[in-house]
Amino acid sequence: MSRPPSPRQAGLRRRRVLGAAAAAGLGLRLQAVQAVSAVPSLAEIERQWARGRPVTEGRVTLEVPPLVENGNTVPVRVRVDCTMTGTDRVLELALFNEKNPQREVLQLAFGPACPRAQADARIRLATSQQLVALARLADGSQWSHHVDVVVTLAACIET
Amino acid sequence: MADTPTRVRTLIHGTDALKRGVPAELRVTLAHPMENGLRHDGWGNVVPRNLATRFECRLDDALVIAADLYPAIATNPYLAFWVRADGPGTLHFEWWGDNGFHHRESRAVAPA
Amino acid sequence: MRAAGRAAGRAMAAARRRRGRGGRARTGALVLVPLLAWAAAAQGQPAGAPAAAASAPDNRRSGLSYMGPALQAMQRDDGQNPGLLAVQDGAQLWRTPAGAAAKACADCHGDAARTMRGVAARYPAWDTAGGRALDLAGRVNACRVRHQQAPAWPVEQAELLALSAYLGLQSRGLPLAPPDDARLAPLRAQGQALWQQRLGQLNLACMHCHDQRAGRRLGGALIPQGHATGYPSYRLEWQGLGSLQRRLRGCVSGVRAEPWPADAPEWLALEAWLAQRAAGMPVETPAVRP
Repeated sequence: MSRPPSPRQAGLRRRRVLGAAAAAGLGLRLQAVQAVSAVPSLAEIERQWARGRPVTEGRVTLEVPPLVENGNTVPVRVRVDCTMTGTDRVLELALFNEKNPQREVLQLAFGPACPRAQADARIRLATSQQLVALARLADGSQWSHHVDVVVTLAACIET
Repeated sequence: MADTPTRVRTLIHGTDALKRGVPAELRVTLAHPMENGLRHDGWGNVVPRNLATRFECRLDDALVIAADLYPAIATNPYLAFWVRADGPGTLHFEWWGDNGFHHRESRAVAPA
Repeated sequence: MRAAGRAAGRAMAAARRRRGRGGRARTGALVLVPLLAWAAAAQGQPAGAPAAAASAPDNRRSGLSYMGPALQAMQRDDGQNPGLLAVQDGAQLWRTPAGAAAKACADCHGDAARTMRGVAARYPAWDTAGGRALDLAGRVNACRVRHQQAPAWPVEQAELLALSAYLGLQSRGLPLAPPDDARLAPLRAQGQALWQQRLGQLNLACMHCHDQRAGRRLGGALIPQGHATGYPSYRLEWQGLGSLQRRLRGCVSGVRAEPWPADAPEWLALEAWLAQRAAGMPVETPAVRP
């Protein structure tokens, strides 16, 4: 059109241009932020661990007290139902959490001198959350156990 | 008080009660602060990260268990695991961590 | 009550900041609301009763029994108890020459397993030479100064805790046996009075939680009766070993009172009272507590 845009039209066009620019800029910034603070979710780290192969819930048991007196030290036991002979042995056992600053908790490898795929440890839990134990066996099968834990805190804040 | 050298303290239980060919549980504790590098002191300064990051137990040359330890492992890291000794030998317990931390202990075993 | 309310509001805000994000993690802040309700209800109630009379049933329970099975096992099993790291240190310190006199505890006292059996169970006790009462750590320090010519250690010094834990272990399982010594009576009476005295912005006495509400919950945490049978204790909240004074200090600051200085007589008075209150209960040192 030959007429110059009305102030309103100009304003609208300016806003569209600025909006597009902002969106583009925002998009770039968002990408940068994601790259820096990329702590994976529990689901993502399970996917990474699985290496594209199926994981079935079962055969591995993660024992955690359902109600934890203090998240600083939580006794846990992880065990896999297998004979530890031939291909029926655990190659690796991994423990991940949902809400700590970092997903990894413990990763275990069992050697030839180990007769039983079972280990106890003491872990820290920042808050009530889900834990998962993942086991990879020599026969290629992969197993998991998901457990929800409630964490209570000491009642009095010490100085 | 004479200067106490910085000795690495550990508790290792179960090496005396082994029986030939019978699986037995070992319990080991390492005295270590497992500082995750996210805490602050009373002045607002970050307490620097100082973690034990790996543990291995071997019976002579055979691996019993290897553990990668992360900040979610509690202070004074504790691990219980199983071993079977079919004859006399030596159990080796080894830890690695930040700031060049490395500690190794051995226990001779003579299963009955 | 209004002052307590404002203080509680500030404390709740501080608790929120300290605990950070996370829904359930704010249990600590939510604690203060029931605390205030209890404080209000507790006004005008009679003072808590002293240790159970001989004819009454013994309803005393150790803090051990309030913990879940996993933590109980952590205390009971020597292969799991992290307090034994310090006991190991204490055993070595017992044999190590110290001070200008270059003497080890063992030089005078020999094998602790034999000579120190039952000793920790009898503290706090009267120190005739010093003309005052001492707790076990005070006794160790008195020996250091007098016989080893070494400086006394501060109350939370790792070596002092290690030796106290080592000595406490020599009494583990034995009943707490506070001495039948009239010279300790004023100190115990002072301790009992402090136990029943309201403290801090929350205006609560020890007895309100540990006598009147033991077994109930403060936030998510079970309130124990507060028997000091296992000190020094490995406390999960500290992720380490600490003294009874440190635990008492935590409660005093927990009710928003200014803790007394480390060498104040109030701590020893409370310890002496607590030993009488728990008389006959087995020593558990080194205990594990949440």
